[in-house]
Amino acid sequence: MAGGREQRRKWASRAVQAGFLVVLTLLWYLATTRWGVSSLLLPNPVRVVQQLGDILRSGEFVGDLKITVAELAAAFAVSSTAGVTFGYFLSRSPYLVRVFEPLLAGVYAIPIILFLPLYVLFFGLGPASKIALGATISFFPIVLNTLAGFGNVERTLVVAARSMGASDYHLFRYVLLPAALPVMLTGLRMGFTVALLSIIGSETIASLAGLGHRIVYLAESMEMPRMFAYIAFVVVIAVFLNTVVSTFEGRFRREP
Amino acid sequence: MTAASTIRRALLRHPGWVRIGVVVILLCAWELAARFVVDPMFLSPPSRVLASLDRVWGTPGVPAALRVTFFELAVAFAISVAIGLVIGLAVGLQSFARLSVMPIILLLYGMPQITILPLFILFFGIGPASKIAFGVSHGVFPIVLAIVAGVQNIKPILLTSARSMGASRWHILRYVIFPHMIPSFFAGMRLGMTGVLLGVLLAELYVSTAGIGHFTTQFTQNFDPTRLLGLISILAAMAIVLNEIVRRAEIRFGKWHSS
Repeated sequence: MAGGREQRRKWASRAVQAGFLVVLTLLWYLATTRWGVSSLLLPNPVRVVQQLGDILRSGEFVGDLKITVAELAAAFAVSSTAGVTFGYFLSRSPYLVRVFEPLLAGVYAIPIILFLPLYVLFFGLGPASKIALGATISFFPIVLNTLAGFGNVERTLVVAARSMGASDYHLFRYVLLPAALPVMLTGLRMGFTVALLSIIGSETIASLAGLGHRIVYLAESMEMPRMFAYIAFVVVIAVFLNTVVSTFEGRFRREP
Repeated sequence: MTAASTIRRALLRHPGWVRIGVVVILLCAWELAARFVVDPMFLSPPSRVLASLDRVWGTPGVPAALRVTFFELAVAFAISVAIGLVIGLAVGLQSFARLSVMPIILLLYGMPQITILPLFILFFGIGPASKIAFGVSHGVFPIVLAIVAGVQNIKPILLTSARSMGASRWHILRYVIFPHMIPSFFAGMRLGMTGVLLGVLLAELYVSTAGIGHFTTQFTQNFDPTRLLGLISILAAMAIVLNEIVRRAEIRFGKWHSS
């Protein structure tokens, strides 16, 4: 009986969620067709869908997508390599952890997006400044989580493995890594997400190409339906990438 | 020999000194790089940045811009906390609302809001309103999530016993839920402040007429790294102070019943 009630509640909540989306779309449609909201502020949803179809068919998005993904890949490669290496070697010495951890956490508390103008000055408007910003921003969650992961391995485990004659490699492979991996993976996922956000963000603020740039370009030329379509496209891409990374995280976590 | 080992032991006992040493070494490296290696058009040594802070402050419009940014941050934070508290309580206290609305909130939170920054500018103009709105859009979600989590974690037995002893709705809210919510409320405020800072600064950097975004663009275009770094330092200091205030508040009020 209780199961049936649970089930009903679950369906009811799904219905509320679906209803919310339907009502929202309906309001949007009515606002643009009946209530005369300017199409410069809110374009007709039908036209947005048409534009989205056009973007996907024409393949116009490929160039911008490539640039954004390449920037993301470069930034994440730099930050994950640097963050994991730095975090691991610091974590080997509790003393170094005590020296560096507050320092890293302190810098992490600054909104690093502030450095964007500096990076633009330094690296120009091209992809380099986006990669640099994305790498800087995502470095901190990665290094801090790696530090926490490797730093908080129970000493008993390490001592036990050592006393049973584990080599450095074995200690790392079978004790340290499995113990640290969940926390480290969380850091890598957080790093990936903020890298993606900061790269789209810096493309929005100052750039020559990329998905963020395209949205701003369309906004400035007042092509609202197409801009909305691009926003939807970028949101889907971002959610997709984040889902892929979360899935990876979940899989690795289960079988280290 | 003994002197060296004494120093060694002192350093081992006080990692804080070494931390300061690391910062000093990094600053020295920056100073040397900026003076001898990098083109002065792109990087300025920290000593010069420090010495020219008053020149930054003296740039016409900069103090006003910093005031505008501070005002935007404060208003956005206040609105985020107010809205977050209301939504968080409304959603968190009702188990059906939690079940049905939480996925929507999580979906919205998971969206890259930066993509709709141009829309905020279109809707709210290029003045402070759009920065405040964008700051709120970043700050409100962590607060809602923290409050929902906090309300959810209240032991049901406390609510049941309060009710069975005849407490009214308001009394339960006032004497059971509020006190138990306080730690997560402050945790949410800290995360909300991080979000508000990010949102407001993103919008400021994107487009700005009177705020600091205007000046960062100007200094960048004029290849004036000294003043750019000065302005960024002032803003970073502002962000650190604001973060520190909410962090201290969290530590102070955040753990009354954890013991």
